[in-house]
Formats: sequence, structure tokens, C-alpha cells
Amino acid sequence: MPAEAAPVLLAVEGVTKHFAGVTALSDVSLDVRSGEILGLLGENGAGKSTLLKILSGVMPPSGGRIIFDGAEYTPSSPQDAKRLGIVTIYQELSLIPTLTVAENIFIGRAPTGPLGLVSWRRMEQESRAIIARVGLTIDPLTPVSALSVAEQQLVEIARALSLKSRLIIMDEPTSALTETEVQRLLSIMDRLRKDHVAIMFVTHRLEEASAICDRMTVLRDGRLAGHLDRQGGPIQLPAIIEKMVGRAASELYARPAQRAVAGDVVLSVRGLRTVRDPEAPHAIVLDGVDIDLKEGEILGVAGLVGSGRTELARAIFGADRIAAGTITLDGKPIAPASPADAIKLGIGLVPEDRKHQAIFAALGILPNFSVASLGRFSTGFGFMAERRERDALSGFRKMLSIRMASAEQAIEGLSGGNQQKVILARWLARDPKVLIVDEPTRGVDVGAKAEVHQILVQLAARGIAVMMISSELPEVLAVSDRIVTMRRGRITGEMPGVEANEEKLMELMALDRRETPPQDAEGQAR
Amino acid sequence: MSMAEDQNQRGGATLAKLLMSFGPLLFLAALVVVFTVLKPSFIDPINLFNITRQISITGLIALGMTFVILTAGIDLSVGSLLAFCGMVAAVVAKGGTANTLSLSTSGTQGFGWFAALLAAVVVGALAGGVQGLAITRLKVPPFVVTLGGLTVFRGLTLTISNGGPISGFDASMRWFGTGLIGPVPVPALIFAFAAILCHIVLRYTRYGRAVYAVGGNAEAARLSGLRVDRILVSVYVIVGFFAGLAAFVLSARLNSSEAVAGIGYELTVISAVVIGGTSLFGGIGSVGGTVVGAALIGVLQNGLQFNNVSSYTQSIVIGLILILAVAFDRWLKSRVRR
Repeated sequence: MPAEAAPVLLAVEGVTKHFAGVTALSDVSLDVRSGEILGLLGENGAGKSTLLKILSGVMPPSGGRIIFDGAEYTPSSPQDAKRLGIVTIYQELSLIPTLTVAENIFIGRAPTGPLGLVSWRRMEQESRAIIARVGLTIDPLTPVSALSVAEQQLVEIARALSLKSRLIIMDEPTSALTETEVQRLLSIMDRLRKDHVAIMFVTHRLEEASAICDRMTVLRDGRLAGHLDRQGGPIQLPAIIEKMVGRAASELYARPAQRAVAGDVVLSVRGLRTVRDPEAPHAIVLDGVDIDLKEGEILGVAGLVGSGRTELARAIFGADRIAAGTITLDGKPIAPASPADAIKLGIGLVPEDRKHQAIFAALGILPNFSVASLGRFSTGFGFMAERRERDALSGFRKMLSIRMASAEQAIEGLSGGNQQKVILARWLARDPKVLIVDEPTRGVDVGAKAEVHQILVQLAARGIAVMMISSELPEVLAVSDRIVTMRRGRITGEMPGVEANEEKLMELMALDRRETPPQDAEGQAR
Repeated sequence: MSMAEDQNQRGGATLAKLLMSFGPLLFLAALVVVFTVLKPSFIDPINLFNITRQISITGLIALGMTFVILTAGIDLSVGSLLAFCGMVAAVVAKGGTANTLSLSTSGTQGFGWFAALLAAVVVGALAGGVQGLAITRLKVPPFVVTLGGLTVFRGLTLTISNGGPISGFDASMRWFGTGLIGPVPVPALIFAFAAILCHIVLRYTRYGRAVYAVGGNAEAARLSGLRVDRILVSVYVIVGFFAGLAAFVLSARLNSSEAVAGIGYELTVISAVVIGGTSLFGGIGSVGGTVVGAALIGVLQNGLQFNNVSSYTQSIVIGLILILAVAFDRWLKSRVRR
């Protein structure tokens, strides 16, 4: 694709945005050409969201100017931005779940017949053609609620195409997708590029950005950190990371020397199976999982979305029902029927979806921190011992270097990394024997990721048995003493951390080695 | 959002935050001033104590409702439950339904005020518990369960009372509705005492923390080891208890338990809680807010009546205030967030 040949579609020139005296964006310039994919990268707080809001018409810039398709671009509202040809697809999808695909695509502008009534036939035909452009073969009369997240995203893209958008901005489109779905999305982005649509791809996932982007613009602290160009080959990750964090990539993922852990087995799982929920027939069930977790080690559990890794954590934690198998803790069989039971036994879980499963967004940091230890922080009469509670929090604040203003501050106002540290502190306050962390650095800035990794290593050094579930292989490789891989509800391999590399793990995670799939696994393949 | 950005925004939003905490209180003060200017006798202690007596019935239920709404629940049955508990209290106080129309105050036939009070709060708490179990075990939304309860309890009330009132209690029971300690009406004292107790429970106990956590994010609460279902059942027990207590006080005040008592109270009660700043989505709110909300409605009703505004118009004004209060709250929040 000769990007140089295509005309510049969008030019952002020295755009600045102030909020109440704070500069969120300072003199940022970039351009996007027709038929190219521009990656917009940067840590949380780098100014990506602000720039997106300006481009999508949510708010005007304080300074600088934007040229779109040869004319000054000053959208008065998101609707206006769409009308002018820029559609933004956010992480939180904006489809109406109870309406059909066709109705969603034509919402607010349904094709009408002679009497001004909606022509359902034309709507169906036209939407069928549009969704075919994004590779969807579903019936346009399907209600959106019946679609997977990935399909819904494609419907949004289809809607953008039907609006004759020239520029589609995608904000973290792959964060909720499985590996296969990501590949499909990337190939559709590629197809749109060939159709001369311009795409701005905002993402945290450097591998994906590297795989698909023609050029990248990196923001840091509200300023332009630099532009990267594909020269012959894909843009290399270390180069991106260096631009993002402003330091050499080698400082990240500093791999601590893995210790050969000779600790006793703390948690032992044998033949674990979970129940198939008739209401969710496609959910993953565990199919005979054996796993041992030793004192003071970090066990990395690597698996793709849908491998059963989260289900394993939830089963051990008593959050999901177990059909068969045994769990022993310190040699004694346990059968936690609820998270409350598991917690009493000394197990903690940092769940994968922080927003929905871990934080109490409206509440302050203090109640967020102590919610799992209300008993420890209260007197015999059920009153909170607030002094003790605050002292404990300030201890963890120092230990984990949590950057916060006060214990009363709403946790919502913290960055992802600091929120995650508060959740870690929540469990550390209980002094757990076993700590399961599921995707511990999801939605955490690159800089804070290394801090979280360091904390996990420290915890293991204190004797806690840490089970770290992750789909990011560099992360698994960086901190695990031992690694197991999962696929389709089974363990597919195990190796010491020092012997593992990305290729070995990926093979075990992604490839089927069995001739016959397990009976239960039918229909689970994504 | 960067730390610097964050800090600055919080600085700029301080006024909005202050208003959010004290907005209803300021509005209440403004109303008192306006009514006093319109008719200076409004501020007479006699009238003010009168207001406290008037708000104590719905206020008591609103305290319980605060717990329920903090968990993102709702209880529409409280008005009917109040009538039912009142009838139970009357039956116990009079020792049966036989002489329902007798205004005889001789207490010898009945079991006395304490048994009546006990019966009212126990029946209220049990009824709340049953509804709580239906919500958690049968997974029926609170709105539906308590909407059913609203009809069921009214029907039960009419059944045991045969549609009529049960009147005539002895003086010791009536004291709880009409008595004074110094210049202060007894119902107002009961309300004040209960409000302080509820405030302490929500603000300073682990149970209170659990209520906010369950309302803030039920799934996170479960994964943090809280017994979410038990806490949900408990808040319906609490609101039922307060409906029973309010029923006892109301019967004592009117010297009668009416089968049609409490119709529409659920709406006044919910209004008081919501005007007081408790979020219908759970996790945000306080007892202090509810007390102010209840007082606001009481002052409005009394002040309008004082100025000879018809009860029809009163309804219109209170409804509009409810909407405006929530709109104002929303507006402030959007200022804080931005």
C-alpha cells in the first residue's frame, strides 16, 4: 500500500486542550490518509481519550485546528461528526440489544416506502449487503442481544460504513475479543483499508498495533512523543514501548531470576470438573484439571480466552459449582461452596474484570480496601475499628506505592494501576495462603505493569502461593517460576519458567494435540 | 486521567461537592425562612413540634427504606404492611377482634401496649423477611415482589379487620402517639432515636459497610466474601420492622387502626429517601439525608397548609420538588465528574 500516494484525509495541527487550568493535550499534530491504518498509542492519561473526544465532536479543542477532507473540521456534536464522516466506535458498544441488527444499522434513518412507513424489506436487503462487507453472515433480523461481543462490534463497523464514513476511529476494539476474533477483526480492518477507508486504531495491545498499522502516533503526558513508520516490516515493539514510556524497553518486563521453589505443596487440585450451566451452554467447563501450587512460588497459568483459566480460578475460589474432583489445602480436603468459604480458608482472588467484579466505583478507597476483611477491622460488637483500618491502608499505600490523595477519595478517580494495587492490598490485608490473580495487569499502564509484577514477586518471596492467570505471554514469562498451559478446560503442558518461551507456550495453548476432543468440549471451540 | 488533572478537578468541584452534601439542608432552611416570612407563626415551637410529629410516621419507615434503597432495592409494600401491622397491634392490644367498634379503653381484655408493639414489629420484620427471601431465592425483582406484597398485605388487613377500624386503646398505649416529654412529642423522640441508631449502624459498623458494598457492586461484594443474599434479606427485615414500629405509633396516635391506613405512604417514603440524596441505583446515600428529606416534605406540607394551599396543590408541589431535587443532584454530579 503506497501510503505516500494517498491524500491526507485528516490533519490535526497543534491541537491543545485545557481543563480548568490543566493541560490535557499540548500541541499535538498528526495526520491520517485515506486507505491507511494509523495506530494511536500511549499510556493511560497520555491524552488519547481527550483527542478522541475532540475528534468525535464531544468537545472542542482549546487551540490548534483540524482539517478534514480539505476543510476546517469543527463538529458541534457527535451526531455532527458522524454527518461529516468521522465515526468513533467505543469500547462500550452503543447498539440497542433488543433491536435487530438491521434496525440498529438503520436506527434513526430507516428506509421508508411511499406512505412514509418503514420499508422492512428494503431495510433487510440493504443491511444484508452492508454486513457482508464486514464479513458477517448472520441474518440481519437477529436481535443484537443474541450476538457475541465481536459480532456486535462488526455490526457497529457496518453501521459506520453505511453512514459513508471516511474515517473510523476504533477505541480499544480488541480488548474484549478472543484471539480468533481479533484475527478476524484485523483482517476486516485490512479489507477496509483496501476500500480506501481510513482507520484510527487506538489500542493498548502493541502486538496487534504492530501487526496491522501502517504508521503510529504515540502520545505521552498529553504531548506528541513521536511518529513511527512501517519501513519494509512491521513496527517493532521495543521502539513503540520506548516512545510510550520514554525509556528503553529493556527496563520493562525485567525478568527476575526464577527461583527453583522447593516449598511444600499448599494447594492441590485433582480431577476438577465444573457443571455445565443449561442457561449458558457455550460456557467453558473444566474437564479434569490437575494442578499443584507450592508455597512461595508464582505459578503462571497461560491460556487464551475460553481455555478455562478463569473458570479454574472461580472453581477453586468457590464462585462456581464443582461437579467432580478434589481440592486440598495444606493437605486437608476443602469444598468451598462460596467465595466467603474460600476466603476463610485463606484463598484470595483478584478477578479479571476489575470494574464489574472487584471495585466499588462509587465508594472511597478505604471501604474498597477493607471489604474482604471487615471482621479483622472491627471490634467484637461489630463496630469498625477505623483507626486500625486506616493504619493498615497507609501501610499498604507505602508498601505498594499506591498513588492516592486520601482514604476517602473515590476509587474511580485512581488510574487502573493504582486501583489494582488497592485490590491487591484488599487481599494482602488477610494474609492469604493462596492468592489467585486473573489478568493482573489488564487495563494497567505499561509503567505500572512492571510495578504489579514486582509486587507479585515480593508476595511469593513472603511465602504466599501465587497463581497468576494471564493471556499476555511476556507477562507470564516475566514473573512465573513455573508455567502451566490450558486449552479447552484441560491442562495441556507444564514447564519451569526458565525453560519456557513464547513459541512453546503458544503451541500448547493454541494447538490441539489430542486426536479426539473430549466429549464435553464439543461446541466450545471459538 | 492524570493525577494533576484529577487533583485540579476536585479542587474546582469543591463547591459542587459541598452543595451535594448540604443542598437538601440548605433548601430546607430556605423553605423555613420563606414560610416564616409569609406567616411568622410558622416558626412557633408548637408548630415545629407539630411538624416533627407529622413526619415521624413516614420518617420511621424512610429510615428502613434507606437501607433497602442503598442495596439498589425498593419496597413498595410498606404502606400496606403498615396497615397490616397496625391491625395486628390493635388485635393484640384489644385481645381479639370481637369488640372492634367498642371505644372502651379498658385494657383488661387485651395484652397491653408492650405486647402490641412487639407483635407489630415482629410481624413487620417477618413480612419483610419473607419478601427478602422471595427476592433472593426466587430471583424475582424487588419491585415485583413488593408490588405483590402491597396487594397481599392490604388484603390481609381487610380480612382480619373485616374492612373496618379497630379503635380504643388504653392510655399507656396512646401515650406513644400523643404523649409529650417536655415540649417534645413522643413520636418525634422515637424517630430521632431510631435515626441516630440507623446512622450509627450504617456509618460505623461492619454491617453498614456491607450494605454499601452490596449496593455498590453486588458481584464484587460476593467475590469479596460478603454473604450478599443474607444482607439483602436483612434490609427487607429492617424496613418491615420500621413499618411495624410506625404502625404502632400511628395507631397509638389515632387511637385506632384503620384498614385503609398508609395508602400511598410508600411513595412519600421513597420520595423522602430520594430527596435526601440516596441513589436508587444503590451504594450512595445516608440516614442524615433521609431525615432531611423527610423534614423537607413535612415542612412543605405543613407550610402550604398553614398558608391555606389546598391539599390538591400540595401534591403537585411535592411531586415537582421530588423531580427537581433529583435533577439538581444529577446536575451537581455532572459538574463534579467533568
